[in-house]
Amino acid sequence: MKIVAAIGLIIVSISILGFLYRAIKGPSMADRVVALDAIGIALMAVVALFSILLNTQYYISIIMLLAVLSFLGTVSFAKFMDKGEIIEYERDDS
Amino acid sequence: MHLLQLAVLLPFIGAVLVPVFYSYMKRLHPGIVALIFPVAAAALLIISRLSGQAESHFAWMPRLGLNLDFNLDGFAFLFTMLITVIGALVIFYSVHYLGRREALGHFYCYLLIFMGAMLGVVLSDNVLSLYMFWELTSISSFLLIAFWNHKEKSIQGALKSMLITVFGGLMLLGGLLTLVSITHTFSIREMLTMTNVIAGSPLFTVALVFILLAAFTKSAQFPFHIWLPDAMEAPTPVSAYLHSATMVKAGIYLVARFTPVFAVAPLWIYAVTFAGAVTLFWASFNAVKQRDLKGVLAYSTVSQLGLMMTLLGIGGISLHYHHDEIFYMSIAACVFHIFNHASFKGALFMVVGIIDHETGTRDLHKLGGLMQVMPITFTAAVIGALSMAGVPPFNGFLSKEMFLSSMFDSSESALFNPVLVFVLLALVIIGSIFTFIYSVKLLKDVFLGERHALPKEAHEAPLAFLASPLILITIVVVTGLIPNILAPMIEAASSAVLNKPVDHLHIAHWHGINPALLTTLTIFVLGTLMVLYFSKWKSVYKLQPEHWTFNTLYQSALKNSEHLSYKINHSVIAGGSRLHLVLIFGTFIVLTALALLFAPTGFGKWQLADIRIYELILVIIILVATYMVVIAKSRIFSIIMLSAIGYSVGLFFVFFNAPDIALTQLTIETISTALFLMCFFHLPKLTLYGETAKFKLHNAAIAILTGLSVIVIGLIAYGHRYYPSINEYYIKNVYELAAGKNMVNVILVDFRGFDTLFESAVLGIAGIGIYTLIKLRYRKDDSNEQTEK
Repeated sequence: MKIVAAIGLIIVSISILGFLYRAIKGPSMADRVVALDAIGIALMAVVALFSILLNTQYYISIIMLLAVLSFLGTVSFAKFMDKGEIIEYERDDS
Repeated sequence: MHLLQLAVLLPFIGAVLVPVFYSYMKRLHPGIVALIFPVAAAALLIISRLSGQAESHFAWMPRLGLNLDFNLDGFAFLFTMLITVIGALVIFYSVHYLGRREALGHFYCYLLIFMGAMLGVVLSDNVLSLYMFWELTSISSFLLIAFWNHKEKSIQGALKSMLITVFGGLMLLGGLLTLVSITHTFSIREMLTMTNVIAGSPLFTVALVFILLAAFTKSAQFPFHIWLPDAMEAPTPVSAYLHSATMVKAGIYLVARFTPVFAVAPLWIYAVTFAGAVTLFWASFNAVKQRDLKGVLAYSTVSQLGLMMTLLGIGGISLHYHHDEIFYMSIAACVFHIFNHASFKGALFMVVGIIDHETGTRDLHKLGGLMQVMPITFTAAVIGALSMAGVPPFNGFLSKEMFLSSMFDSSESALFNPVLVFVLLALVIIGSIFTFIYSVKLLKDVFLGERHALPKEAHEAPLAFLASPLILITIVVVTGLIPNILAPMIEAASSAVLNKPVDHLHIAHWHGINPALLTTLTIFVLGTLMVLYFSKWKSVYKLQPEHWTFNTLYQSALKNSEHLSYKINHSVIAGGSRLHLVLIFGTFIVLTALALLFAPTGFGKWQLADIRIYELILVIIILVATYMVVIAKSRIFSIIMLSAIGYSVGLFFVFFNAPDIALTQLTIETISTALFLMCFFHLPKLTLYGETAKFKLHNAAIAILTGLSVIVIGLIAYGHRYYPSINEYYIKNVYELAAGKNMVNVILVDFRGFDTLFESAVLGIAGIGIYTLIKLRYRKDDSNEQTEK
């Protein structure tokens, strides 16, 4: 089990490197954001595999958190690229 | 309360009472009230001297060594008499000198503070209280010089004297503290008994130089004499009191006091003698060319102070080199001249004040022919000036004779080789000739010759105005005719200076035909000739270019230091935060390098854990991302890379078994990324300013070196663990003591809850700060709108 987890960990790590390459290289900003989102998900995998390796349950909450944050991050980037700002508010300075 | 303490305290009480009195009783001149205090102080001092109560002790701050210990020995008694008696005369004189429109309350307050401080200086046995009173004289002198503070020149003169005398005051503090550290006592009398200890100390020369600097600045010795002529912007009573009779003699007092300690060193004797002789020569030479009456008297004061200093230098020889009584004479001459100078110079200043008051000018070129108009003033001036010139039968002649014979005696000392004796005699005799010249020329220009049109119609001053100078002139004449009434006082003072009994002093006009008398005659003849033919040799003064003076040096030093500090300040402060960071990091690098260089520790023993493969990969990811941040060309790219680093760090926390920290790190990273993006819209395009190779190279060098320093420090710190960690305690007690299983959380809120409290406070402050920064924006339009509404 541990060997499987370790191998998985190495594979995911390499895939993170791949995502990172895309994030750096990516011709458009959208490429980078998607790569970043993928890195977030890969990180969840890393943490999960790692908690198998360490035989512990304490990292479950981190996985959940990463899921939420990754989503939030991607959404905010998307909104940013769409409108140029993340939180809109009505200006009443007319 | 002891009489001495009361005597010192009285002027200070007066300084408080007189202005209060003045504000309620406008009709009575406050000078009359102020007169009570010096008279009472003089009476108290005489009583305590006669009754033998010459010491008092008051433990003020005994732990610091600052006690008000007063000691009234013969030398201090002479000074206290000068201070109180001339003080009283000056106050009486100022009643007529200062009109009712002046700020009289202030004037008498400052003057009495000065008087008290001066009494404190001469009576203090404790070095710290000596220093305290010394600075108080500087400060009150500053206030008095700038009394007419609407005049630019007064302010300038006050500032200059303040800078120079306070510089000297700080030197005094240094010197006295050095002496304290050598002798472990704060008492001057105890120091005088420990001369061997002091002479053997390696700090001896340091203390000597400090004390001499203090004395030379206060007593306006060459080249620190420049403040005294500028201090003549003060009201004339102040000039008469401070800048002729009392304050400028504080340096003389200091040198005399410490002569038994320092005269063992040839350096002291040479420095004191030659500084005095050069001052005597230079100031008397310059006095002749002054146009302003007070300018003449100022330079004359400087020159006479030089004379006293020279005498003290020669007198110092008596203590340690020749136990020959001939050098005792030098100290006696100095003491005698201190007295004489105070009497005739005080009188002369007052006379000048009267002339200024009655004619409206002090310019020598405008005055002339006042002999018939102001006969009494003329008489006083003649006696004062002739005494200053050293003409018999006045007291100046006697001390000048004693001075010259001491100078001739100096050749008998092993310290002085023929060349030095020749230089000394040349300086002194030429100085004396010039003294004669300016004294006589002063009389000639003011009282003889034709009368010019004057700002006021000249007439004789009222008798009350003349009283003070006339009393002083009477003293000059009486002590000139029967000098031996002063002999006991001078003997007592000289014994106090030398710390040995001096007796059988006899002052006489006629010593027989000796070198001193012949020199005096030569001085008279040459001086008279030079006064008569002044217009022939006047061009000598054009040899010295106008700007080649120590004043110019002082001004340029002041200006340059101001300019320099402005430059330094400007270059550092206006250099921007980049420069500041360079300085901070540079200092850090240099200090680390110095530490490694001078205290090489080595890396110690590392207990390394195994490196796991995923850690290695993560390190590579972080390195790549960091590199990308540094070379990023657009802002959003660097933000993305920064968040990549943040997440990787979070992952590291996962690897290193820190779930709570990993949770926090990931959340915070997301929020800060979001914040970066929020700001992004409002930020300008990433402009890489100063994108030159040199600029980059500098930055890279500093960055690399800083990184290296941190790495090296980290490695060294890791290799040297001397004590085991305290975490065993937490591991053991986390459940038993704190009822929790999550150790990180228990530490945060229980074991070390205070940190958490203030971290929360920091967050709160940050939140409020952000809110206020965004909401409270001061706009010019706002205030306008509000006022319109």
